[in-house]
Amino acid sequence: MFKLRPFIGGVHPPENKHLSCDKEIIPIPAPEILFFPLSQHTGAPCQPVVQKGDKVKRGTLIGTCEKLISSPIHSSVSGTVKSIENSSHPVIGRFQSIVIENDKQDLTEESISPKKNTENLSADEIIKIVRDAGIVGLGGAAFPTHVKLSPPKEKVIKTFIANGAECEPYLTCDQRLMQEMGKEIVEGIKLVRKILNSERCIIAIENNKPDAIEQIKELTRNENIEVIAIKVKYPQGGEKQLIKTVLGKEVPSGGLPMDVGVVVHNVGTLLAIYEAVNFGKPLYERAITVTGAVKNPGNYLVRIGTPVKDILDFCQVDWDNIGKIILGGPMMGISQQDIQTPIIKGTSGILVQTKDEITQDEEFSCIRCAKCIEVCPAYLLPTQIAKVVKAEKWERLSQLHIKDCIECGCCTYVCPSKIPLVQYIKLGKIKTK
Amino acid sequence: MNKLTISISPHIKDKTSVKSIMWGVVVAISPAVVWGVLFFQAHALYLVLTCIVTAVLSEAICQKILNRPITITDGSAFLTGLLLALVLPPTFPLWAGSLGAVVSIVIGKHIFGGLGYNIFNPALLGRAFLSVSFPVLTTAWQVPVLNTAKLFSEGKFYSFFSGDTITTATPLALALSKFAVANPDIPSYMGLFIGTKGGCIGEVSALALLIGAVYLIIKKYIDWRIPFGYIGVVFTVSSLLWFSNNANPTPLFHVLSGGLLIGAFFMASDPVTSPITKKGRWIFGIGAGILTISIRTWGGYPEGVMYSILMMNAFTPLIERFTAPLQFGAKRMMKK
Repeated sequence: MFKLRPFIGGVHPPENKHLSCDKEIIPIPAPEILFFPLSQHTGAPCQPVVQKGDKVKRGTLIGTCEKLISSPIHSSVSGTVKSIENSSHPVIGRFQSIVIENDKQDLTEESISPKKNTENLSADEIIKIVRDAGIVGLGGAAFPTHVKLSPPKEKVIKTFIANGAECEPYLTCDQRLMQEMGKEIVEGIKLVRKILNSERCIIAIENNKPDAIEQIKELTRNENIEVIAIKVKYPQGGEKQLIKTVLGKEVPSGGLPMDVGVVVHNVGTLLAIYEAVNFGKPLYERAITVTGAVKNPGNYLVRIGTPVKDILDFCQVDWDNIGKIILGGPMMGISQQDIQTPIIKGTSGILVQTKDEITQDEEFSCIRCAKCIEVCPAYLLPTQIAKVVKAEKWERLSQLHIKDCIECGCCTYVCPSKIPLVQYIKLGKIKTK
Repeated sequence: MNKLTISISPHIKDKTSVKSIMWGVVVAISPAVVWGVLFFQAHALYLVLTCIVTAVLSEAICQKILNRPITITDGSAFLTGLLLALVLPPTFPLWAGSLGAVVSIVIGKHIFGGLGYNIFNPALLGRAFLSVSFPVLTTAWQVPVLNTAKLFSEGKFYSFFSGDTITTATPLALALSKFAVANPDIPSYMGLFIGTKGGCIGEVSALALLIGAVYLIIKKYIDWRIPFGYIGVVFTVSSLLWFSNNANPTPLFHVLSGGLLIGAFFMASDPVTSPITKKGRWIFGIGAGILTISIRTWGGYPEGVMYSILMMNAFTPLIERFTAPLQFGAKRMMKK
C-alpha cells in the first residue's frame, strides 16, 4: 500500500482512551426531567411545535424549522411538556428549551418500526428521511446531515470518507460503535454512497483502534470500501485534516470539502442514517463516552436531553472533588457551569476533571518559540494573532487569516508561556464578525 | 458541591514551560561549562559564577524598579549570564565580566520590555559591548598546557589539567593570518574537536557543545532549522573557498573552531531574537552563515559569529514580515 503523509502540524496529547475503550456501550435509563434546547445544530434554530401540557412519545417531533440549514428535534421519552423556557445550553450558555417530564411508560411513535424495501428508496427519498429524522453530524460540529448529502449539482463528489478517526483524547464512543455496530455502520456507508454516487469510498480509522479496524475490514471484505488505518495525530478527525491525510488534498481556505470533491461523515452519523432509513428512528439518543474522574468510566447510550447530573450520578462521581465538567473531549470540549445542562445531538462525551487536574497556569510573556506555529494545522501564526487581539488592532486580524482557525487547541496545548491562544483567537473572531 | 471551573478549551496542556525550556538549555550547555572549567581552571569558574550572579541580580533589580513581577527563577537571566561568561576569554577580569552581565540584562533585555521583547540576544549584546570597550582584554588568550605525563604517572584525572598556561592566539586567528600555511601552532582536528585549544571558556570543545546540541534538538528546545542552515552554509561556502585555494582553512576547521558551534546552537537559535516563521528561520540561519564566513574571510576580525548573529537579530522583524506562511488551503484558493 502507498504511504500516507499525515497533515502538517498537530500534537500528540496523552490518549487516555484505556479508561473506557474496552467498555461496551450500555444504555443509561431516561431521567425524570429532560431539556431539549431548540438549537442543537449549526444553522437556524427550531420553533416549538408542542405546547405546555402536550403529551409526547419517544420520537415525537417537538421542534422544527423550514429553513434549509436546520434540523428538527424529537422527544426522547414519553411524557408531558412541562414548559418552554430558557435553560442551560452546553455550547451557547442559555437557550430556549422544551422541558419534558418523563412518564416512565416509554411509549413510542408508531412510525418507528422496521421498514421494508428500503433498497428501492431513491436518493431524494433517503435525504428526506435523514432530514425528518433530525440527523446532524455527531462528531461535534452538528452540521445538518441532509445538507451535506445534497451538494449542488455542479459539485461531483468523487470520494466519500467515513470518519472513524476519533482523534480527541479520552473519547471512545466511535470506536465502540465500530466494534459493536459495525454492520449497521457499513450499511449506512452504502446508503450514503448511493446518494452521493461517489466512485471511491473510504473509512479512515486511527491506528490506536486495531480492534475496530479489524472488525470493519472483516465486514467490508466483499464491499468496494477501503479501510485506511491512519497514524494517530490530533486533530486528524477534523474534516479538512482528514482529507489532507487520506487524499493529500487541501480544502480551499473558506471552502468546503465538496470543493475538492469530497464529503466526510462521522461513523456515528452513518449509524443514525441507517437507523432512520431502516427503522424510521429519529435521532433521539446517541452513544457518548463518560470518562475521567468517574467511578464507572465507559460508553453509554443516552437519550438526548438528559442532564449531565443524571449521567454522572449513574456513572458515580465524587461530587465534592469535581473541578471541571467538560462536554466533548479535552482539546475542544466546553466546560460547564450548570450540572443540569443537557446532552445534545453534538455531545460526544463527558470528561470529568478533579480539582488537582485543572491547569490554571499563570500567563508568561511570549518567548517566540514558535511551537504554536509548528503545530497549527491551519498554518497560521497563533502568537501573532493573540498579540494583535491583545493590542485590539481588530482590522489587522483578517490579514492573519483568523477565520481559518479551526480552534483545535493545539497552540494552547503546546505553549510554554501558557498563553490561552485559542481564547484570544475566539475573542478576535467575535470582534471581526 | 463546590463551584465548577469554567475555561476555554483545551483543558489539558503540555508540561513544557518557559522555565523548563530555560533550565533545559542550561542542562544542554553544561558539558561545555564543565569542560571549560576543567580546562581553564579556577578563574574560569569564578568568571562563570560572577556573570550568573550579576545577571540574576540585575534582573531582580530591574524588575523591582519597573514594578514587574520578579521572575528570576525562570532561568532566563541565569542562562544569559552563563552564556555571556562562556563567550569570554578564560582570563577575563571578573569586574569586566560583571559589567558585561549588567549590560546584557539591563540594555539587552529590560530596556526593550523584558523577556520576549528584546531584539538582540542579550548575552551577545553584552559580549559586543565588552569587545568594543575592552578590545585588548577580549582578545587575550591563554591556553593551558595539558600534562599527559602527569596523568599517567599519578593516575588522577585532575592532574591532567596542570594549571600551567601559555599565551597564544586562537586557532582561527592563526589560520586566518597570512602565515597560515604550515603554522605549527594550529591544533589538530582532534584538538579542536575535544577542545584543547585557546578560545573562550565555552566554545573550545566541539564535542561538549555537540552533546548539548543533540539534547536541545531531541528535547525540541530549539528549532533545528537555524543551526543546520547556519552551519550548513558555513561548511558549504568554506568548502568552495578551500577548493578554489588550498591555503584557505578547510571547511571542517571552520566548523570546529571559533564560536560557530556555540553560536549556532545556543545563540542564533534563541527563539526570542530569531524569526517565528519556518521559512524565516532558514533565512536567518543561512544569512548568519554567509555573514560569518564573509567576516572571517574578508573582514577585519578573525571571528564573525557574534556580529553575524547580532546583525541577523536586527533583520528578524523584516524577515518575519516577508515569510508569513500561506494558510491551509490558500494555494488552491488562488488558482481559482
